[in-house]
Amino acid sequence: MLSYLISMTTFVGFFMILALALNLQWGMTGMVNFGIAGFYALGAYTSGLLTVEAGWPFLFGVAAAAVVGLVFGVALSYLSVRLRDDFLAIVTLGFAELVRLFALNEDWLTRGPRGLPIDVRPLSGVFDRDGYAIFYLGIVASAVLIAFLVNERIRRSPYGRAAKAIREDDVVAEVLGKNVLRIRIQIFGLGALYMAVAGALYAHYTQNISPDHFTPVVAIFIWMSVIAGGAGNNKGLLLGAGLVMMFLEGSRFLGEFISFMDAEKASAIRIILIGVLLILVIRFRPQGLMPEERFKGPSEI
Amino acid sequence: MKQRTNKAVLERDAAPREEAVLECGGLSKSFGGIHAVRDMSLEVRPGLITGLIGPNGAGKSTLFNLISGVMRPDKGEVRLFGEDISGLRPHKIARKGMIRTFQLSREMARLTVLENLMLAPQRQEGEHLASLWFKAGQVRKEECKIEARALIVLDQIDLTHVRGEYAGNLSGGQKKLLELGRALMIDPEIILLDEPGAGVNPALMGRLSDMIARLHAEHGKTILIVEHDMDLIAKLCHRVVVMAEGSHLIEGSFDEIAADKRVIEAYLGGVS
Repeated sequence: MLSYLISMTTFVGFFMILALALNLQWGMTGMVNFGIAGFYALGAYTSGLLTVEAGWPFLFGVAAAAVVGLVFGVALSYLSVRLRDDFLAIVTLGFAELVRLFALNEDWLTRGPRGLPIDVRPLSGVFDRDGYAIFYLGIVASAVLIAFLVNERIRRSPYGRAAKAIREDDVVAEVLGKNVLRIRIQIFGLGALYMAVAGALYAHYTQNISPDHFTPVVAIFIWMSVIAGGAGNNKGLLLGAGLVMMFLEGSRFLGEFISFMDAEKASAIRIILIGVLLILVIRFRPQGLMPEERFKGPSEI
Repeated sequence: MKQRTNKAVLERDAAPREEAVLECGGLSKSFGGIHAVRDMSLEVRPGLITGLIGPNGAGKSTLFNLISGVMRPDKGEVRLFGEDISGLRPHKIARKGMIRTFQLSREMARLTVLENLMLAPQRQEGEHLASLWFKAGQVRKEECKIEARALIVLDQIDLTHVRGEYAGNLSGGQKKLLELGRALMIDPEIILLDEPGAGVNPALMGRLSDMIARLHAEHGKTILIVEHDMDLIAKLCHRVVVMAEGSHLIEGSFDEIAADKRVIEAYLGGVS
């Protein structure tokens, strides 16, 4: 039971990093990203392949994933940053599918649907099985903490203020002298970096990645976390990520109560329930469980 | 910045026909087959309030968009302090000392009133991502200064009591005041006001026009103002430019243009 809890908490950690990334991009700056799974996969495969095939150490693999995520994030946002919200949504979704289909079909590199086994882990000889799970949870928790602190620093800063202004009205932000293009590209790139790092940590944790871990439904879970927790509120979405994971895990046992359905149907029910929940939240509490905090001037703190 | 303003004011008093700070010539913009602005020229002299009037559809708002960089002109040029700025992105133009407001107030709805004001100052160190960590002290100091300034402006525009409120919850008139407050925060040399009186209730109108007058008199701003409210134009403007069908019709003092037959024809759509 304890090892199950530790494993779930680790998974919540991946969700939290992804949610913090989406909060930068969408919660603060208003950029819609439905391609979360794409950056997640990119990080996972980058670090996985470099450590397995090229023999890089764990930390280098994660660092490389961060760089690749940043580069792709910057490139994608630069190409599409002038697009309206809904088109950016389509572009990012398309990008995620592109990454997934590449991983699925380029067998020679990614081993396609059979999956890529990854046996490289940091300090793997030092702990026993249970100890290692806690150690790895510590790594993931540190990553969450760093991302959270970076987000909070940005949120309270003039930079975050300008980002929020872009979310509210990009034309006015530009007319007020803010460099909208620069801020958008930086924020999108930073978010993509988070996502890729989360992917790399995930890859070395599960030790086997395959394209079906990176379907667009990942994006739905993360959107759900951010919306339920409270867009723009970094603490709220940590809570949101935890709740969504609890819901996903809890509904896993649904099959036992609904005996007339097979496992496949029961898992479809979970997705439907997520949708229902999302509708309920948006209808009755659109600001989320913890709404965005109001700004306080330096003299009020 | 300050120096140039003072100099401009002095020179205006000495020599009323001083060179324009903002001018455009041969400016054209069409949308499909419609020539919204056609061969428009305009001169704005320093230290004056210039009014821009004309019937609906005369191209005033498009002209504002062209001048402020929101749209690119098809032809012609815009010169600010003698420098060609046509085709420059809006934030570059803003940094050169010219700020515009919008006809429909476009406040940042989910930013507080105080935040809206603190957003306005140009070239804040804290707007650079790396500075948040590597120049944290400087950013904090600057932020305190900006806040102090915002509190003064809040008092001037009489919005101190709603400083923590989201701007989206303000009344129409308060939003207009907030927009003027943002202009005050930036301290630009030239302010373009796009129908500041639109949608403002009559009670607030007097306050608004006082504020514009003060921007000019106390802060020495050069102002170009588009407005349909002729009382406001008559009260505030030193010169009035009339636009019709996308081009410059005539200009002069309010009394001169009010007496001009062509202006009346343009407004009534008279046959020539």
